[in-house]
This record gives sequence, structure tokens and C-alpha cells, in this order.
Amino acid sequence: MEKLKRMAPSTRSSFITYGMVIVAYAVMEALLSGGLLKSSLKGLLVPICAYVVMAVSLNLTVGIMGELSLGHAGFMSVGAFTAVIAAAALESTVTSGPVRLAVSMAIGGVAAGLVSLIVVVPVLRLQGDYLAIVTLAFGEIIKNIINCVYVGLDGEGFHFGMKDAASLGLAADGKMLLQGPMGAVGIQKLSSFTAGFLLILLTLAVALNFIHSRAGRAVMALRDNRIAAESVGISPSRYKMMAFVTSAVLAGLAGGLYAMNFSSILAKKFDFNTSILILVFVVLGGMGNIRGSVIAAAALTVLPELLRDFSDYRMLVYAIVLILVMLFTNNPACKTVFARFKLGSPAKKEAV
Amino acid sequence: MSVILSVENLNVSYGSIHAVKGISFDVNEGEIVTLIGANGAGKSTTLNTISGLLRSKNGSVTFMGENLGRVPPHKIVSRGMALVPEGRRVFLQMTVQENLEMGAYTKGSAGIPADLEKVYGQFPRLKERRRQVAGTLSGGEQQMLAMGRALMSHPRLLMLDEPSMGLAPILVEQIFEIIRKLHKAGSTILLVEQNAQMALSIADRGYVLETGKIVTTGPSGELLASPAIKKAYLGG
Repeated sequence: MEKLKRMAPSTRSSFITYGMVIVAYAVMEALLSGGLLKSSLKGLLVPICAYVVMAVSLNLTVGIMGELSLGHAGFMSVGAFTAVIAAAALESTVTSGPVRLAVSMAIGGVAAGLVSLIVVVPVLRLQGDYLAIVTLAFGEIIKNIINCVYVGLDGEGFHFGMKDAASLGLAADGKMLLQGPMGAVGIQKLSSFTAGFLLILLTLAVALNFIHSRAGRAVMALRDNRIAAESVGISPSRYKMMAFVTSAVLAGLAGGLYAMNFSSILAKKFDFNTSILILVFVVLGGMGNIRGSVIAAAALTVLPELLRDFSDYRMLVYAIVLILVMLFTNNPACKTVFARFKLGSPAKKEAV
Repeated sequence: MSVILSVENLNVSYGSIHAVKGISFDVNEGEIVTLIGANGAGKSTTLNTISGLLRSKNGSVTFMGENLGRVPPHKIVSRGMALVPEGRRVFLQMTVQENLEMGAYTKGSAGIPADLEKVYGQFPRLKERRRQVAGTLSGGEQQMLAMGRALMSHPRLLMLDEPSMGLAPILVEQIFEIIRKLHKAGSTILLVEQNAQMALSIADRGYVLETGKIVTTGPSGELLASPAIKKAYLGG
């Protein structure tokens, strides 16, 4: 405890975040092995991990860089489908399931990163509403492209097409991996809760280190005041690109994890609603607050499931909870209470 | 005295509005030079163009023998020029010390503690408040912070854009006193001001801008005494 007190506030805060995730993982594992978890909740464990990673990565763009992105599900989608295809292609060469999962997720992450390099061009030129519109359009474009791509795999290698499954000319032993609007099918379920937990830790390590690094400080300076940041010698394009691409790669990894939890997945899954859902996690958890994103993503993914008993009123209660949280976190009286729990928060620095 | 900054025939437009119409001036090492003029005369535009935030249509800006034509703003800082932007523009959510550290962004981290001490020596008020979030500082303190931040990069030329803007008269006095001290310590300063009286009282030379053109120039003493200037800018 003494050691904890001597740490820099930011380091201490990071350790609390890691600790929270590790404790949550241990508790869930204990419940799992004790058989105390409902099967509906069990099925949610991997999606929760994927959404936590999505929320943390979007927080880099929205909270740290201060730009509204409405197409984050697009990067998740690119990562998901690339990872699924990679996993199928590696089936014979990499036999170990976890290794194959890791490799194909990494490939998905790289693919999302490469796509983000295209999106980053308008990102560097636009701000505010205009940027939001471009990212929204990007998400829709990705969805529609994947909706009409056919990918097959046989002895000769990959076959790509945009027309239909028959025109790919697959050999008899060939396998369809991606069937346009019918999505990716026959996915091997490689994802596990442990893999999701490790991905969250990796994401937290990347995000928290980025925020507390020189580059992170530069990105936040650009967010706070672009002119002042430029006047002290910060290159806007370089650091914005860094934040945006990092965020996209993490989203790609999350996509891979998410997709390989199901036997089939549709491009439609990663639409505008998903982007907004992730944005809700970020806003509710607090922009720029990584720990908040983790909690909000986990809580809001579980909530609809817990509300299943209310059946018809489920979404109504969900909305009311959202509104109540916003009211309470904005209430001055509650704020001072929250501020007391926040370590190293601005409220404490205001020693007047 | 060597010329450190030389601006020649600078033209800047915002779309169809021709804001700066072919102005030329220089700043010698160790001088305080001031650009004065009313609202919309093109003072800030000139300063922003020199620091690379705006692009000129034609004309040249030469800083220590190098043409800054296409050098992006973030690189100009490492050339030894620091701008204190108009309206202070500190990083409101960072602490005073973090703001100052941002000023040393282009330098390595090795010299930061010594530079911080130096800036705190020049601005004792900032030292008192170094852990405070910049957004909670008063206007005058924010101006001091913006100046301290610029000094952290060891500029050969310090450019101040309207340091007196929106400040109480007593604070304006204090800010100008600090500028005078910086000058005494050897800084070269280009000062843009609406408060012509104050600016001319500390500057070596002045240029008077009117709708994008330099109409008069000379040593500050002469400008202060000139009847035309008195009438236009100093209130009779």
C-alpha cells in the first residue's frame, strides 16, 4: 500500500485499471469452473472482451484525440473478416488453436491498420462534424463492400470474386469462406475468454502507455488547442495519424476475437448501430477515461441480457438506465463524490 | 547588429480578402520591434504567416539566413522562433508545469529541469501554481504561462501576439515589465500590439500598419512624438 502511494498518480491509476480487469477475470473464471454462470452469460464473455477492446480503442480517437468517429465498427469488420479468412487458410499449417487465433487476429489487426491509412487522409484534413460524416460513410462502405465479396479456398489457393459463389470456380475439395451477403460461414470457434482477457490487457497496455507517452501528450495538446500545440512544435498530422491507426489496429484485433467466437458472421453485424453502441460505451464511461470505457462496455453488454426477464420493456429500461447514469454523473453533488474516488484527477490538482 | 528576421514584400490573403499587402520589415538581434495598428490592420496575420500557421501568397520570410517559405509551423520552432499566440491559448486541461514542458517539446528532456527553474525565476507566480490546472489561472497568469512556454524552447526570436489583450491595466503593466526584463536578458522580441502607447514605450523601433500596409516606421521615441501617430493611435 505504501508503495502504491509513492507511485505517480497516472501509474497508480493504470495499475488500478489492470488490477480491476484481472480481478474481474479471476472472478468470472471461478464462477465458470463452479458452473454458477447462466449459459446466456457464458456466451457473452467473449463479446464483452471484444467490446471492451473496441471501447478503449475508440476512446483513443474520441477521448484522447478529440475527434468524433462514427465508423469504428468498420475497422472491427475489416479485422473480423480478414482474421476469419486467415484462420481458415492457416488451418493446416498452424495446428495449435490458440496460436492460430493469435496469428489470425494479428493479421486482422494489420489489415484494419492498413485500411485506416486510407481513412487517415481525410481525418487529417477534416474536423468535427465533417470528420464524423466521413467516418460514418467509411463504415457503410466497408459493410457494403464485404457484402458483395466472395472468397473461396481450395488446393490452388484463394479465389476472389464479386459476383457469386459459382463463378469462383472452386475445386471439388474447395471451401467457401466468405459468401457475400450470407457472410463468413463455417468459422472454427477459436476465441476463448482467456484470449479475450489477454487481448484486453494488451489493449490497456497499448492505450495507457500511449496516453502517458510523449506522443500521447502531443495528441492531447492538439486536442486542447491546435494552434498552441503547433506553436510549440508539434506536428499535427504525425501524431493524429499515430492515434488513429493505433485505434484502428486495436479495433481490428477485437474484430478477429469477436468473429471467431461464432460459427458464422454477417457484414451487417458491423453497421452504424454497432459504431454508435461503442460510442455510447465511450461517452458513458467518460471521454478520455480508459477505466470508464472498460466498465461501461462490460456493464452495457451484460445489461440487456440481465434485463431479458423484462422482455418487451428491455430496451426501455436500457434507455432509462443510460439517461440516469448521465444525469447522475453530471450532478454537481455526485461529481464531488466521484472526484474523491478519482486518483490524480484534475479536481484534486485545483489547490487554490 | 545582425538582422535576425527579414520580411520582404509579404502578401497574404484570406480568399478574396487581401489582408497583408506587400509589407517589408526586419528585426535585428537583441531588439524589441513592435508592429502596431488598429483592428484588422493585418498585424496578427503577419505574425501567423511568419510562424507558418498561414501561407503567404508571395514575398519572403528569412529567419537567420534561411527562407521559411515552405517550412511547416512545427519545424519553425526548432529553427529557434517561438510564437505566443493571440488569446494566450494555453493547454487548459494540463497543469502549469505540463504546459511548460510542452514548450520544450522540440528539445530533449535533458535540459528541462534547468529551463523550468529559469522560467520559474522569471515568473515566480507560475512557480506558486505549478501543479494547478491552467484553465483555473487568471488571464494574466495564462499570458505569463504562454510566454514561459514559448521561452522553454530557447527561442532566438520571441514573437508576442497582443499580450495585453483582455487584461486589466495593472496586469498589462506587469506583462510589459516582464517583456522589458526579457529584453534586458538578451531576448530578441517581435511584439504585435493594439496598445500602441505601451508597445512603443518599451520597443526600440516600431512599424505602423494600416489596412495591410506599413504607413510609418521609425524609432519608438519618434513615433511616440509624431503628431499623426498621436492623433490616430494614442488618443490625441
